[in-house]
Amino acid sequence: MLSTIRDLLKYDKRFTFGFSVMSLMIFLAILSYFSPYDPKVWNIVPRDMPPSLKHLLGTTSMGQDVFWLATFAIRNSLFLSLIAVFISRIIAIFLGLITGYKGGALDRTLMTINDSFVILPLLPILILIASVIKGSLNIRNLGILLGIFGWAWDARVLRSQILSLREREFTYTARLSGMRTLSIILKEYLPFIMPLIMATAMNNMLWVIGMEVTLAILGLSSLEIPTLGTMIHWSVNSQSLLLGIWWWILTPVFICILLFISLYMLSVSISEFLDPRTRLQRIEVMKG
Amino acid sequence: MLFFKSYLLPRIIQYLVVIFIGTTVVFVVPRFMPTDPVQKTLELVALQGTYIDPEAVEKLRETLKELYGLKGTLFEQYIVFWKRLFRGDFGPSFAQFPTPVMDLIKISLPWTTVLLLFTTLLSWIIGNILGGLAGYFSHQRWARVLEGIAMVIRPVPYYIVALGLLIIFAFAFPIFPVGGGLSVGRELHLTFDLFVDIAKHAFLPALSLVLVGSSVWFMTMRLLISNILREDYVLYAQTGGISDREIVFQYAIRNALLPQITGLALSLGQIFSGALITEQVFAYPGLGTLLYNSVSRGDYNLLMGITLLSIIGIATGVLIIDLIYPLFDPRIRYR
Repeated sequence: MLSTIRDLLKYDKRFTFGFSVMSLMIFLAILSYFSPYDPKVWNIVPRDMPPSLKHLLGTTSMGQDVFWLATFAIRNSLFLSLIAVFISRIIAIFLGLITGYKGGALDRTLMTINDSFVILPLLPILILIASVIKGSLNIRNLGILLGIFGWAWDARVLRSQILSLREREFTYTARLSGMRTLSIILKEYLPFIMPLIMATAMNNMLWVIGMEVTLAILGLSSLEIPTLGTMIHWSVNSQSLLLGIWWWILTPVFICILLFISLYMLSVSISEFLDPRTRLQRIEVMKG
Repeated sequence: MLFFKSYLLPRIIQYLVVIFIGTTVVFVVPRFMPTDPVQKTLELVALQGTYIDPEAVEKLRETLKELYGLKGTLFEQYIVFWKRLFRGDFGPSFAQFPTPVMDLIKISLPWTTVLLLFTTLLSWIIGNILGGLAGYFSHQRWARVLEGIAMVIRPVPYYIVALGLLIIFAFAFPIFPVGGGLSVGRELHLTFDLFVDIAKHAFLPALSLVLVGSSVWFMTMRLLISNILREDYVLYAQTGGISDREIVFQYAIRNALLPQITGLALSLGQIFSGALITEQVFAYPGLGTLLYNSVSRGDYNLLMGITLLSIIGIATGVLIIDLIYPLFDPRIRYR
């Protein structure tokens, strides 16, 4: 695992980019623990100040420091996505392994249900649910909600990987030497699909953060908790663009874009690393 | 017959399962929530300050229960729910009482349908052709530039792209209107001017959808093509001296399109969600804006109507794509 990361850092620029941006984000998130201001209190600093040495990224119309608010927003958004990713990974891995390995009628049934979840327009459903439980939609509950709905596509991806692993020779060797199904899956397959799980997890994180932004903009999450979404919500709602307070709205938007691109690049470079065909192609490019 | 059994039947079952699961989720979830919509509405009424005597409150409670379909046991409610769905009756809107939800949806639906059909097809075509070319000529400089652009746009959600376009083209350089579907006060007469006006208002929403959409198709197509290039038949065609142009369009893209058609069907739900968000940013008078308004006014019936209708709409779209798929793939047609 560590050597994989080292190789990727060395040879893949996209991975280097994604890795350094993510490290920066995590650093900022940790920095929020040392913030001089409470993110929930308004009017502790002068309002609508442009970026200066005292307030690195200016202040908002509610009298909050944009830089320190952003550190809280990053922390909460990352935390939220980790909860959701963790839950959806459990469901996706379980379903993917079971359907891929067992096959037959069970596979067909579960995959029909799975495909239905892939096709379903999740946004209206999430909006419906969120508007019903609006009051209790804190970071944890939103994470659980997004986790419950975000597994379908990844279960499909994992299943197809298991399908191809099942036909490999080591599966027969393991089975003939009397290994049980569960230990074949855990000991033989899991190491193989670990990077794929990582890649899908990055993609899922991206989806979760994007979904949080979307729901917050519609005013459906707890708006007093600073996240990237609620930051955008408040700045859009206070007409920061029309008033020319660009530092307020551009900060969360830029952080979002950076975060999305870096997560995507991490995911792409990990999954390309897995695919021997694309790896060969890249080596050819590097040679030629 | 085999075609029906092995191809059509699973598709139709899938269609029914999607609608069944979606409808059941929409039915079940609100009923397991800690908050009671009836109680909430009553509280809202009470908040308005006017005195209502307890009997009227009880009556209101009964009517609300009826409206929400909350009468009887859970199973009875479920049956009633389906019955109403079959009649296309989603009840009256709360915010614009007593206009039926269906009527409100009927006004917005054409706007969304036209925008979505147009942008989906356009971005699918642009993304696939550019992706195919960039995948085939992957060593060229322009292919790398295109890939870089697509790679940056692809992961960014629709909302951010739409907001960015709005900032650039409506505030910084006011070329396009800030929002809406028509200029204020314009009447619906079928003239050329009207068409131009609609197109001008729809341009930015459409642009944001096409930008994100085509980058998604671009990236997958490029990957598909780079795998196909390693196939023997492409090598054979190249050694046989067939022109690059013919290989790209007749050999590579044509084969890579098949998974892309399936991909189109599977991603319809995502595209639809993206359209809703884009509409809200540009205040485009479609389902997205209606959805946003229903959220901010707490119009639960309208929200449920839009959700159910979108589930049925998406499922039908997927079924249609699946049904015309054999036209593109001879292996299925002649089996």
